[in-house]
Amino acid sequence: MLLLGPLLIPLITAVLTALLTRHERARRYVSLAGAVALLACAIGLLLAVMQEGRQSVALGNWPLPYGIELAADALSAALVLLTALLGFAVLLYAGRWQEARDTAGMYPLLHGLLAASSAVFLAADLFNLYVWFELMLIAVLGLFVLGGGQRHAEAAFKYFAVSMLGTLLMLGAVGMIYGATGHLNFSALRMAAQQPELAGVLPVYVVLLLLAFLLKAGAFPLFTWLPASYHTLPTPILALVGGLLTKLAVYVVLRLLGDVFVAIPGVLLEALGWLAVVTMVSGVLGAAYHWDVRRILAFHIVSQIGYLLLGIALASPAGAAGTSFFLFHNILVKANLFLIAGLMWAAAGHHDLRRMGGLYRARPFLAVLFLLSALSLVGVPPTSGFWGKFMLLREAFAQGHFVWGGAALAVGLLTLYSMSKIWVEGFWKPHPNYSSDHAAALAPLPRTAYAVVAGLSLAILILGLFPQPFVQYVEMATAAFWPARGML
Amino acid sequence: MTPRSTLLMQSARPLYWMLLAAALWILLRGHNEPGGGFIGGLLAVAGSSLLAIILGIPAALRLQPLAPLPLAMVGVGLAVLSGLAGALHGLPFLTHLWTGIGLSTVMLFDLGVFFAVWGALTGYVYALVDAGETAP
Repeated sequence: MLLLGPLLIPLITAVLTALLTRHERARRYVSLAGAVALLACAIGLLLAVMQEGRQSVALGNWPLPYGIELAADALSAALVLLTALLGFAVLLYAGRWQEARDTAGMYPLLHGLLAASSAVFLAADLFNLYVWFELMLIAVLGLFVLGGGQRHAEAAFKYFAVSMLGTLLMLGAVGMIYGATGHLNFSALRMAAQQPELAGVLPVYVVLLLLAFLLKAGAFPLFTWLPASYHTLPTPILALVGGLLTKLAVYVVLRLLGDVFVAIPGVLLEALGWLAVVTMVSGVLGAAYHWDVRRILAFHIVSQIGYLLLGIALASPAGAAGTSFFLFHNILVKANLFLIAGLMWAAAGHHDLRRMGGLYRARPFLAVLFLLSALSLVGVPPTSGFWGKFMLLREAFAQGHFVWGGAALAVGLLTLYSMSKIWVEGFWKPHPNYSSDHAAALAPLPRTAYAVVAGLSLAILILGLFPQPFVQYVEMATAAFWPARGML
Repeated sequence: MTPRSTLLMQSARPLYWMLLAAALWILLRGHNEPGGGFIGGLLAVAGSSLLAIILGIPAALRLQPLAPLPLAMVGVGLAVLSGLAGALHGLPFLTHLWTGIGLSTVMLFDLGVFFAVWGALTGYVYALVDAGETAP
């Protein structure tokens, strides 16, 4: 039952919050209770995986490989826990958030998103993966249109159009892979993919499948939909969507290349590596141009996706471990930065850096929290980002990919430029409208939301100061499926 | 609202009921033959969309059992419940139980899917129709 919890608990919570149409307060409590239950279940699942190894269940009592399998190994259990943690933080933060107007629709959709995300991590067959990815698309689309304005409809359309393209590609690829191998289940596919007569045609289908997920991850060249649409979301939803969504697609790429289609030709990995570098650079350059905090951060999502893909392209246990650690770090830091951007907006009344300022003197603690997350994103030692980048760069240089590693270093410097822009404009320079005593002119910050940001910052700090157990964990988690490639 | 053809206005409701009857038939047919909750739900969505476009969203909402989001969520709830029935007997989630005369928890699951599709998609359709009506 532990495996079903991360799916059923948010689904049931979504149903309950949707039926409580007239009770705003009850809705909030039910939603929080659901988030706590999900967190407890995710912790239980992680403990079970650590004690007993991989957990798996075949739904509907149909025998494998034909039944629908849900499975959790060390990597997916940890990511489900992270999803649950992020969901809890965001729902707590969203409690009394002024921007979140239509809470009647927001809670069911957020819980639907949590259910679909957990299910993507737990899915152990291609078609199930496709279905849950689609449900995620539907939930996010709902969250986009909740605002109701022209701007939201436009953002929703951009997101929908690109996602639909990816979806069609994905469905086509899944169909062709099924046609070629006769299987959808991951374990069965791993065996079937090794038949020598499929060596010519299967990589083509796998590339189509990967392209679909790269599109949804926001990789170069089709990434502009992401910064063009994300910033219209209210802050709490933006944090969850921006923190989780693209990373889910990266997880799927990692899972498919590392665990399922292990015999992918080296030239494709080479291509993936260059794609990662171009994604990294174009994301960070896009961020340099913008003044809206949320747009800057959205472009940095793209840039960070590059780092994650780089580790996968290195195609080694160390590279995969680097990507996994970076995934943990990035989900936390990115979500926290978006939540901080929300607090900056609440305090200064604007998202545009040119029209805010003086936050360092008015809210010194918020400044410290921002600095921690920003430096972590840049990768300054000893923050969590440093360890993530260190693991990736060490492996890149060890394999002799000096251009890739060098590009990753340069992108780190450019990230520093973007973050110092937010720091200088938002925190340091005096507020353009209030010359003196701006502290009093600023709005008070919502206390719960502030506490959530502080809590996430603490988690980031721990990940940076004591990385050893986490590094060991991801090395153990990825070693469970990556050695298969070493023998090829 | 722009003027519409009288024929269309008069035939909207009969067409809706015909579509809904077809939807229910497809839903039940899915028991042993091609059909089922998903495709039946899509037919019901077609009926509701027809009403929303010709007679307006309020008319379409009046003939739907619940508002879109609650309807979809009741559907999801029914599907989850049907899966839990098997779990109560110690079988994996979604293992379905059958009674002698052909009634089963599969029916409940399909009905859940039917409501979920009907609710979720009409939600999007109404939002789009609404945006189309209010746009300059």
